[in-house]
Amino acid sequence: MSEPVIKCENVYKIFGANAEKMLQESNGNVDAKTFQDNGCIVGVNNASFEVSKGEMLVVMGLSGSGKSTLLRCISRLTDATGGKIFIEGQDLLKLNNKELIDLRRNKMGMVFQSFALLPHKTVVENIAFPLQIKGIKTEDSISKAMDMVKLVGLDGRENYFPRELSGGQQQRVGIARSLAVEPDIWFLDEPFSALDPLIRKEMQDEFLRLQEKLQKTIMFITHDFDEALKLADRIAIMKDGIIEQLDTPAKIVLNPATEYVRKFTEEVPREKVLLIEDVMDTSNTENLGDLKVSKDEVIENVAEKILSQEKSVAVTDENNKVIGSINPTKIINTVFGGRKNSN
Amino acid sequence: MDYLKKYPKLFQWLFLLIIFFALCFSIDVPETYKFIRGQAEFVKDPNQSTYVFLGKEVRYYAFDVFWRLPPLLGWLPIWINDSLFFLMNEWMPMEFWNEDTQEYKTRPLVLEISRTLTSFMTFLIFLIRETLLGGLETIVAFTSWDWIDKNPWAELPGLPWTIVAAGFAILAYKLSGKGLAIFAGLVMVYISIFGQWKPSMQTLSFILVAAPLSFIFGLGLGVAAYKSKRVEKALYPILLVMQTMPQYAVLVPALVLFGVGDHAAVIITMIVAVPPMILLTLLGLRAVPPEVIEAGRMSGCNNWQLMTKVLIPTARRDILIGVNQVIMVCFSMAVISAFIGAKGLGFNLLLALNQLNIGLALEAGLCISLIAILLDKMSLAWANKQTDYFGNLTFYQRNKNSLFFGASVIIGIILAYVGTFIFKDTFNYLFEVPHNKGISTADFWNKGVDWIFDTFFVYIKAFNTWLIVEVLQPMRALYLRMPAVATLVLVVGAGYLIGGIRSALVVFGLTLFIALSPWWDRALVTTYMATFGVIMSCAIGFTVGTLCFQSKRAAAFMLGVCDIFQTFPSFVYLIPVMMLFGITDTSVLIAVIVYATIPATRYTIEGLRSVPAGLHDAATMSGVNKFQRLTKIEFPLAFPHMMLGLNQTIVFALFMVIIGAFIGTEDLGQYILKALSDKNGAGIGLTLGICVAFIGLIFDNLIRTWVGQRKKHLGID
Repeated sequence: MSEPVIKCENVYKIFGANAEKMLQESNGNVDAKTFQDNGCIVGVNNASFEVSKGEMLVVMGLSGSGKSTLLRCISRLTDATGGKIFIEGQDLLKLNNKELIDLRRNKMGMVFQSFALLPHKTVVENIAFPLQIKGIKTEDSISKAMDMVKLVGLDGRENYFPRELSGGQQQRVGIARSLAVEPDIWFLDEPFSALDPLIRKEMQDEFLRLQEKLQKTIMFITHDFDEALKLADRIAIMKDGIIEQLDTPAKIVLNPATEYVRKFTEEVPREKVLLIEDVMDTSNTENLGDLKVSKDEVIENVAEKILSQEKSVAVTDENNKVIGSINPTKIINTVFGGRKNSN
Repeated sequence: MDYLKKYPKLFQWLFLLIIFFALCFSIDVPETYKFIRGQAEFVKDPNQSTYVFLGKEVRYYAFDVFWRLPPLLGWLPIWINDSLFFLMNEWMPMEFWNEDTQEYKTRPLVLEISRTLTSFMTFLIFLIRETLLGGLETIVAFTSWDWIDKNPWAELPGLPWTIVAAGFAILAYKLSGKGLAIFAGLVMVYISIFGQWKPSMQTLSFILVAAPLSFIFGLGLGVAAYKSKRVEKALYPILLVMQTMPQYAVLVPALVLFGVGDHAAVIITMIVAVPPMILLTLLGLRAVPPEVIEAGRMSGCNNWQLMTKVLIPTARRDILIGVNQVIMVCFSMAVISAFIGAKGLGFNLLLALNQLNIGLALEAGLCISLIAILLDKMSLAWANKQTDYFGNLTFYQRNKNSLFFGASVIIGIILAYVGTFIFKDTFNYLFEVPHNKGISTADFWNKGVDWIFDTFFVYIKAFNTWLIVEVLQPMRALYLRMPAVATLVLVVGAGYLIGGIRSALVVFGLTLFIALSPWWDRALVTTYMATFGVIMSCAIGFTVGTLCFQSKRAAAFMLGVCDIFQTFPSFVYLIPVMMLFGITDTSVLIAVIVYATIPATRYTIEGLRSVPAGLHDAATMSGVNKFQRLTKIEFPLAFPHMMLGLNQTIVFALFMVIIGAFIGTEDLGQYILKALSDKNGAGIGLTLGICVAFIGLIFDNLIRTWVGQRKKHLGID
């Protein structure tokens, strides 16, 4: 596999006057309580992970868990106190100001919870802003921005001011702005948290549609576990600055690493999250019925068919080859059974 | 005892008042004490005591320290004077190249800086003034007097008034639209026809230099303060004092440093106008949401781009208020700086007031107010202007404003040329209507004033006498009767009860400064006038504000009226009151009341407006009637904001009281005015100014502390 786009090694972010000194003395064993007694607040505590090209990593955590701080370390809006961050192999923390600005102008885009639009600029001017900052001519930047306006479905409103738009529309502008420079890396900081549930769902679908088309490398921050499950390739769950678990949605639901993670997974409708592949029995490929299901189906979609069978159902891969089986009992156990997994 | 536990604050206040009055009654007025001594203070008198400090001898009348503190700060004005003199004439002599005599000359550094600044300002002013009116100085600045003598044709011709009027109208159209364009055109035509062209353009040239410079410096320093905590900390105390420092008081030191004339006026205007600009810039930048800054950073802004394209535009609402303030102060100073020789409408206004020619004063005042409103509106429109990218404009559409201006220049020149034939024997009215040759309404107004006087003299006089004898004199006597110690106890006690030990100490320091200065009695008179003005203003402002708040339209209308009134230079307020009440304390107080009512009304409306709509609904659902809603919901919540209005009201009132010295009052302002014509006035003027500023700051500190606590308590902000 090629080099990861984002790579974090033991990243720490500690707020406070003598944070760096304390971190050095602690030798990497950061205890939030001790630090707090000394007037330091631990934002991110020993975060290590990689995000590969085209992947969407969702960082999930409640407020104060350090998820936004982690994102700001990786975008270097704040400087990490310790550790290393690589963006496409470049050591982020070693970049000088000019290189950093270059990186942001060409490789990074970011969407904010409160939209953070410039109030004195119209929709199209807001979107063209990063391009104009790069020094692109006004006409070119405006025409490029108009493409973006169309992409997010705001045609006809390009001359509105942010204050004249609804929350969902404002965030569309925010998204368009972050995409205007065609970045490879896309940061989204709770982009849909300030929106109504209905609009939020609409925006999530829209977002998935965009991602399908654009295939960006994404770090997405949210405090909503359902949102994380819906969007993520992988989820990192944070608590008190520590990444409690980092895995695919299915594995998190099936194997919560800690008690904290388990609490989130308890209420999750598993049939909506898990795929056949996640619960199939690979040891038994004999004596199966006629029905075949793909391993990539969500349980919910095929449960009814499987439950109507008496025999186990064959599970196939993309080449239509049988790679396992699943029986109705398994489905019932997964959906209604005790929350302990038996896989 | 139950009551005491229930309302501990109330009893603490009562206790404070009891001590205060006990002190007042127990300390008698010394028999030899003369309230508010006149010039006698400076006459040597064997009864005086003396002390020597820093080599300065201070003479004073000693009394019981409980009654009046000795003027231990009496040396300060003299010391300031001497320091200024030393700085200007002796400190750091250096060699400077002199262009005129072609040789090196030794000059003190500060003097050289002052002269360089002076000539720079003079050049700027004359550049604009001569573009508008014509003249030699600008060309001389580039060449020399000798060259002008040889080339007598070389002179800036000045623009015919028609071109300037058209130019203003077109600019206003470009910035805002038809409405403002018509207003601009009418204002310019009015000024011209009524023969105020020359002084108006002189004032305008002064403003066009002072306002942009103040804006640039204010913005720059505001940005610097935003970026560096250290700069902010260094600026903060100066800003605080400057906010409550009467503009008069700064005139005197400026006189010493920069001499007399328009250039000194510009510099002094900047000193007054820059602090509010800095404060508002800082306020605006601070209020920019952090995510917007991050969005700017992630868009790849460097620091410069972040500041100019993200921070400043996002903060533009507050910065605009700053521009507005700058323009206001500039016009205010345009009048006041006539005292130090600035030419223009202000000078005419002062002259007319001095001659009690109310009609002329009114005309000049109207002109200056109109220009102020015009520039205010134009600056607002400029800041709100947006560019449109999507018009596929033709050459004509894109350049129509420039084309129109070009056309009007040609037409104007032709008209002016034609004018030379029409008005062969008189003045060329199509070029410039000379001063006093236009239509004048002065006689009409003067007759009106006379008529009012003849008709209502009895009533006005009766009212005047009643007010002075029954209200003002007793109040004044009461204030003067306060022993110094009692006043200190009252103020410090109030500080302690409101803001704890810290507030008490600050307030104590400020009061002590005034008490130790030689002008305690006069400070009391100033305070009495300001108090009277503030009480009346608040009564009127809070009532009017509350009434207007009942209807959305009335509220909007009232705020508009406040805006316009605020644009008037403060001096203008003296004209109508002098018309009615002549030269008395009543005039000053009425001007104070009118002027200080503006912020009281404005803040009342704004405060009431800021009560969240949800609370209205909640109150309505609890079944309150309109009156209950007002007293139980809206007033308590709006009160902190209204108190900030009170703060502003006090500052406005103090300013006007000091300006009122022009009419003749016996307070600190009178001495400031005197200091203007005193060779050694700088120190006195500055110290007096600081005294007035401190009076303002005492109230400012108390009110702000209280508002802060109250807001925290209510969970607003």
